[in-house]
Amino acid sequence: MNVPILQMRGITKTFPGVKALQDVTLDVNRGEVHAICGENGAGKSTLMKVLSGVYAHNTFDGDILFENEPCTFTSINDSEKRGIVIIHQELALSPYLSIAENIFLGNEIASRGWVDWRKTNLEAAKLLARVGLDENPVTPIQHISVGKQQLVEIAKALSKEVKLLILDEPTAALNDEDSDHLLDLILHLKGQGVTSIIISHKLNEIRKVADAVTIIRDGKSIETLRLDGGEDGRSQITQERIIRGMVGRDLDSLYPERTPVIGDEVLRIEDWTVQHPQDHSRTVVHNASLHVRKGEVVGLAGLMGAGRTELAMSVFGRSYGKAVSGKVFKYGKEIDTSTVPGAIAHGIAYATEDRKHYGLNLIDDIKRNVSMAALPKLARRGWVDKNRETTVANGYRKSMNIKAPAVSAITGKLSGGNQQKVVLSKWMFSDPDVLILDEPTRGIDVGAKFEIYTIIAGLAAEGKAVIVISSELPELLGICDRIYTLSAGRVTGEVPIAEASQETLMHYMTQEKE
Amino acid sequence: MSALRESLGFLASRLRQVGIFVALILIVLLFQLLTDGILLQPQNVTNLVVQNSYILILAIGMVMVIIAGHIDLSVGSVAGFIGAVAGVMIVHWGWPWWAAIPACLLVGALVGAWQGYWIAYVGIPAFIVTLAGMLIFRGLTLITLKNQQITPFPDELRALGGGFLPDISGGTSVLEWLTVLLGVVGTAALLFQSIKERRVRGALGLENEPLAWFATKTAFIALLMLAITFLLASYRGTPIVLVVLAALVIGYSALMNNSIFGRHTYAIGGNLHAAELSGIKTKAVTFRLFVNMGVLAALAGLIFTARLNSAQPAGGTGFELDSIAAAFIGGAAVQGGIGTVAGAMIGGLIMGVLNNGMSILGLGTDYQQLIKGLVLLLAVGFDIFNKNRAGGGSSIAKRFKFRTTPPAAEDVKAPAEPVAVPAAR
Repeated sequence: MNVPILQMRGITKTFPGVKALQDVTLDVNRGEVHAICGENGAGKSTLMKVLSGVYAHNTFDGDILFENEPCTFTSINDSEKRGIVIIHQELALSPYLSIAENIFLGNEIASRGWVDWRKTNLEAAKLLARVGLDENPVTPIQHISVGKQQLVEIAKALSKEVKLLILDEPTAALNDEDSDHLLDLILHLKGQGVTSIIISHKLNEIRKVADAVTIIRDGKSIETLRLDGGEDGRSQITQERIIRGMVGRDLDSLYPERTPVIGDEVLRIEDWTVQHPQDHSRTVVHNASLHVRKGEVVGLAGLMGAGRTELAMSVFGRSYGKAVSGKVFKYGKEIDTSTVPGAIAHGIAYATEDRKHYGLNLIDDIKRNVSMAALPKLARRGWVDKNRETTVANGYRKSMNIKAPAVSAITGKLSGGNQQKVVLSKWMFSDPDVLILDEPTRGIDVGAKFEIYTIIAGLAAEGKAVIVISSELPELLGICDRIYTLSAGRVTGEVPIAEASQETLMHYMTQEKE
Repeated sequence: MSALRESLGFLASRLRQVGIFVALILIVLLFQLLTDGILLQPQNVTNLVVQNSYILILAIGMVMVIIAGHIDLSVGSVAGFIGAVAGVMIVHWGWPWWAAIPACLLVGALVGAWQGYWIAYVGIPAFIVTLAGMLIFRGLTLITLKNQQITPFPDELRALGGGFLPDISGGTSVLEWLTVLLGVVGTAALLFQSIKERRVRGALGLENEPLAWFATKTAFIALLMLAITFLLASYRGTPIVLVVLAALVIGYSALMNNSIFGRHTYAIGGNLHAAELSGIKTKAVTFRLFVNMGVLAALAGLIFTARLNSAQPAGGTGFELDSIAAAFIGGAAVQGGIGTVAGAMIGGLIMGVLNNGMSILGLGTDYQQLIKGLVLLLAVGFDIFNKNRAGGGSSIAKRFKFRTTPPAAEDVKAPAEPVAVPAAR
């Protein structure tokens, strides 16, 4: 039974300044479902890109043996030729083409350049039957649900005579029913001899389908747990073991000292429910309720797809989602935050997790980015006082320690940490009572992180209510007074900092609706 | 020595802005030579101003629309339509000029509101809406005119197109003194303003242009203004359209630089999502930009009609292309967020000098179009080449870079979490 199909040895992949993978080992046996588990950013996706040839073989160190032969892929085409197919979490389908066309995209059934439509649709129908999808092959992709699109991706993989199927977070975008169906299909394909690697951190899922679990943490492979690897042939795959493996790192980052002075409640969100903007069968946020007090730093913890950003953006002027329902109270009075200007007027600020696309005007300078959300404060009768603007921006440049020669420097040329300080300055200048900071330290080096934490502590000391969304649990534990956990759109826990540990948080974060 | 090096370094960093200005001067000098000095004769300079005024007025509105990341293909048809409306109002209905002009500007505003509604609130791309507008308003022009020109217009309206400020010396003087006065006062005001701004920037600790460069540039511009004043004054004085144009350029430059509205326009073009998430009412700003474009198109249509003394079925044809070219030659970015009114004026003048110079040389429209097309391509190509080489600064290069090769360090973190998709518009 235990015949290895894939052996990855000593994989080390370095990006400028960062070791993304360090001496990673992965052994996958023929015919098994092998899960890869790890926190956001642990290196799971990078490892799969190494395996599938997205990163060419000479850009990393280490060896890959597939069916006992060394692999030297330089592109995804090479790995597909050997029967390794990766399905990314963002589906690579063309919405206006039919199911059949998508399945054979780039691999058309044709003679002398002319497509044989009869055969294409016939073969597509056979593949659809294999994945249990009851749809006409000529249906355009956009007319079927995301769950079904996922099945089309698998059918596409099968058309390439897949031996090793890699699924990157396959159920992250699916509702429960579609997820179950997909997991059943993976087991069904296993029966037909297809080996699968599934990247996931949904522990229920892993327990249901996985024969083995490899845990990756901070770019290193920690251990591989096997269904029959325990003492007396008992399973090693238990929730506790996986969680311990995922979070067990040293707390070597530093956080500023602070003594919280917590006052009255500032903002309360009640029964907040948000639908996915395109897929109405999915509820992204489900009856979430939470509150934050004056001078308090509240964390929102959750794994990918838990609905943290979606919750924050839907509260901030309905910037995300459809059919948003629920109430927002400020100082006990219900307020209307259904437009962004309205939310800002009520003293709410939201600093996005994606600075470059949603946070900054990268082609403009520091001072105009700082003033963007509150220009009327600098203006009389619609005319901006540019001298005051410069003075204000210079003030933030000094107090926030933005490293730039002048406030007329273009933000696109600043480092990530300095860009983040510009975003924070922008929102501080709008003088909010509540700041929602979404992944405030993403893509920032360690030194700048400490500065950001100090700024957050300073905001709380000024009496602002701060909500921090983060994927890094040590960060939340280091700076928050209270942490909410979200899982699959629901608030699953509310933990005071004194009782919080990475294990308890991870427990709630992976808790799913029974 | 160090001052020179400093100035040269600064010049390199401003290659685009300076380059386009230098290009204009070189083109002027080239045609001055080729036409044996006809180009800069007082009468021809006056013609140059009057002939290009309506394109320049359109270019003001166009560069604003382009800064916001849109485009307007309909302005030529709208200008033609307003000319027709003016003909009906003034010639057929006998309205006085002082009632017809505001009425025409109002019709222009309504036209802009119509297009702005579809673009801002319905969300149809401006390219489509204004392409439709190009057809719609050309059609309405033909219907309004019943396919025949309307003429003649009263002298008061004609003055808007070809008239001059009154000659206070009654035509006895060699130089027209009102024009000299305006030119000298204007130049002094410019000098005063430049020096004041430089002082304030210095006081605020903002970096300033190197002194040598600042002095050279300011002195050059002042001399240029005085030279143009001299040329205009030795023919018939100041064309009325020049006064209108100057007021618009000063007003709209201030609007784009110093008003909330202008700054929101740049923010929208620079990053629509960031602008939205900063509480900017992006739809309202877009709507107003198109209303403004409609008004300016109406004004351009009035001036054109007044100059020809006739409202014609084909009036305004091709204006949209000239004004778009002016904005892009003047440094506006196709993706939005970058561009200036002053740049668009220089771009418009380059096109105007090329037209005028080639006409004097007797080149037909065939060669004129060929050369204008090449100039547009070269200007924007130079822009992109220059910014690519400088490594950043170019919106195109930068956006490209962000999309295709994300910084490696973030590549490690990013894949685990999808970018939150904000509500689609």
